[in-house]
Amino acid sequence: MDLSRRRLFGYSGATLAAGAAAGAGLLSVAQAHEGQAKDDGAVPFFGAHQAGISTPVQDRLHFAAFDVVSGDRDRLIGMLREWTAAAAAMTRGRPYGSAAGGLPESPPDDTGEAFGLPPARLTLTVGFGPAFFEKDGKDRFGLRAKRPAALIDLPHFPGDNLDPDRSGGDICVQACADDPQVAVHAIRNLSRIGFGVVAMRWSQLGFGKTSSTTPGRQTPRNMFGFKDGTRNIAGDDDRALDQHVWAAGKDGTAWMAGGSYAVARRIRMHIETWDRTSLKEQQDTFGRTKGEGNAYGAKREHDPVPLDRLPADSHVRLAHPDGNAGVRILRRGYSFADGSDGLGRLDAGLFFIAYQRDPRAQFVPLQNKLAASDHMNEYVQHVGSGIWACPPGVRGGGYWGETLFA
Amino acid sequence: MRTVHVLAAASAALVSMSALSACGKEDKAGGRGGGAIKVTATDSSCDLGSPSAPAGATTFKVTNNGTQVNELEILAPDGKIVSERENIGPGTGVEVTVQLAAGTYKVMCSAGMTGRGPSQTFTVTGRDRAADPRLDQAVAGYRVYVGEQVDDTLAKAKKFAAAVTKGDVAGAKALYAPSRVGWERIEPVAESFGDIDPKVDLREADLRPGARWTGWHQIEKALWKKNSLKGERPFADQLIKDLEALKAKVGTASITATSMANGAKELLDEVATGKVTGEEEAFSHTDLVDFKGNLDGAEKVFDLLKPVVQEKDAALSATLADEFGKVRKLLVEYEKGTGYVSYDIVGKEQRKELSDKVNALGEPLSKLAGVVAG
Repeated sequence: MDLSRRRLFGYSGATLAAGAAAGAGLLSVAQAHEGQAKDDGAVPFFGAHQAGISTPVQDRLHFAAFDVVSGDRDRLIGMLREWTAAAAAMTRGRPYGSAAGGLPESPPDDTGEAFGLPPARLTLTVGFGPAFFEKDGKDRFGLRAKRPAALIDLPHFPGDNLDPDRSGGDICVQACADDPQVAVHAIRNLSRIGFGVVAMRWSQLGFGKTSSTTPGRQTPRNMFGFKDGTRNIAGDDDRALDQHVWAAGKDGTAWMAGGSYAVARRIRMHIETWDRTSLKEQQDTFGRTKGEGNAYGAKREHDPVPLDRLPADSHVRLAHPDGNAGVRILRRGYSFADGSDGLGRLDAGLFFIAYQRDPRAQFVPLQNKLAASDHMNEYVQHVGSGIWACPPGVRGGGYWGETLFA
Repeated sequence: MRTVHVLAAASAALVSMSALSACGKEDKAGGRGGGAIKVTATDSSCDLGSPSAPAGATTFKVTNNGTQVNELEILAPDGKIVSERENIGPGTGVEVTVQLAAGTYKVMCSAGMTGRGPSQTFTVTGRDRAADPRLDQAVAGYRVYVGEQVDDTLAKAKKFAAAVTKGDVAGAKALYAPSRVGWERIEPVAESFGDIDPKVDLREADLRPGARWTGWHQIEKALWKKNSLKGERPFADQLIKDLEALKAKVGTASITATSMANGAKELLDEVATGKVTGEEEAFSHTDLVDFKGNLDGAEKVFDLLKPVVQEKDAALSATLADEFGKVRKLLVEYEKGTGYVSYDIVGKEQRKELSDKVNALGEPLSKLAGVVAG
């Protein structure tokens, strides 16, 4: 077992960093959890839950939203089967089909740019949006009755300035990997397999993780230079995952048992005005220090937060679980910087991704509260949005969404 | 037209190029014809490991031992480029696989990539394999089609040129797009005569510094941008001269079933990169007329090859029939009079829909050549 490699990633690494005993026993305990990378950096694709949710957050993101352009249910299922086979291969670091050496007269099956690269902990996570079940009043694939009640159309939140070209989508695919080329390769090949059945609606690259699902680790900083979401749900906290992240059969939608609901928001940050803001106002905006990331009144990043010591309109005070009757979400967002906007400003911010058991009880009330009062709104604008029901994990021999189509 | 020429319709379709160094693993592509032919290039020589090979997929392993960047060209008996590989750096090697029919070729190494250099004769013998008479039939049918389209484009271009010569702006505008349809239908074949394409179909954006701009798009700009035909007569004359040169040459084009199939895929590439974006007809906005021409040409190839495709891969045949139908149906929505609506009024969402449908057809169409050859 390559301990030096493992130390880089995952819970075992966190344990080591925290100075605890590093024995083989600890490592095997960690391996029992979802989405734990193997020694070659491959995260198992098959399992009870989809990988890429509780999996320790990888460095890079390519998130894509597709629209289904075919009305043919069988073709759609056929594509999901092929996607599943491709995902199983790519997450093991293998090309899908032949990358080179195929028939000389034919284009290669796999596009090839990940040829020879390690798996880089690639995970591919799929979800189905509201229009997948019903579009313009039409029951497209006989699935209308199966739309989960929790898969709502997100309401308009104050301050939203959503671009339809960066919002919605019948199917989402979240590709996360430690190598951006591996993540982009995965989306590109799924897109190619999908031509004729799905068409890409929009996609988003994320270059830096802003969340940690690994206990004890420091929270990575966002484009404001701050740590945020320090009370994130840990990927090995099964109790919290069952309570806040994984949908259960008793929630009302049997096919979603073991799945989760994803909400993505493209949050543009007004970088330039933020950078001209005094340190005090920056810290007051969050309610925490910029250096250590401790909340006001606390010493360390992960210390309990004395909410009443924070400014009333500060982000931490409004978003913290303790101020929201314990409501928590699993955050998995990434920083983005998509060049500049033509006015000399960086088109940069946070591509926020949250997984939860029921957006009606989690993301929506939280975002309503933030949109109404958060001092940070002066420096951010939500410009893209989407919600998807991510089905449970794929069992060997199965395919993405099998429980839905069954 | 495209700025980068891959001569798909030449006697040998370029089928594979891969860097030898990639992954330290040799590409097995084109193993059919036996071992690869070693080509050793220096700044002043071009040596072949073997002077001949049996017909079929032939792989050339090129090593550049010179000090300058080299280029490999494989030239058909009539001097046309069958395949080329540029930018072979000093001390590096590449592998080029080409489908070669029987004949005498020249293999040229051009140090400094000047298009000139020492060459060796290379003889290809025998037949690739027992030929499928249905493929021969398809090729014969396609030859007829190509001839008809050249005649059509020439006849209509003559009417167009006459209006230009008369200074009849309105008349020339009406005749412009129809004159291009025949050309667009057989563009990959027309482009295989490398010198004609840039003379008749070059876009202003692709013009090299100092080069003289001629052809359809030069007149297009005068018509729609200046609304005047003053000084355009020489360009109209030149266009007809160049198209007549095409007519004289087109019968000599080397066409195989595989090159036809590749040509069909290239026609969809043309649509995907030039027409859907509205770049082809920047002034007249008659992109949808070209679009339909490209689509017709690709579908003709599919129709001719269908008996073979149907037998070898019925699912692909069904998918292609379905996707061709969908694109055609969508285009009908844009019909106006005898042509199509101006592309500048086609909105972003509609362009996205067109693009999605083109991708949905282009992807399976890229499998046609493999099925025909396999």
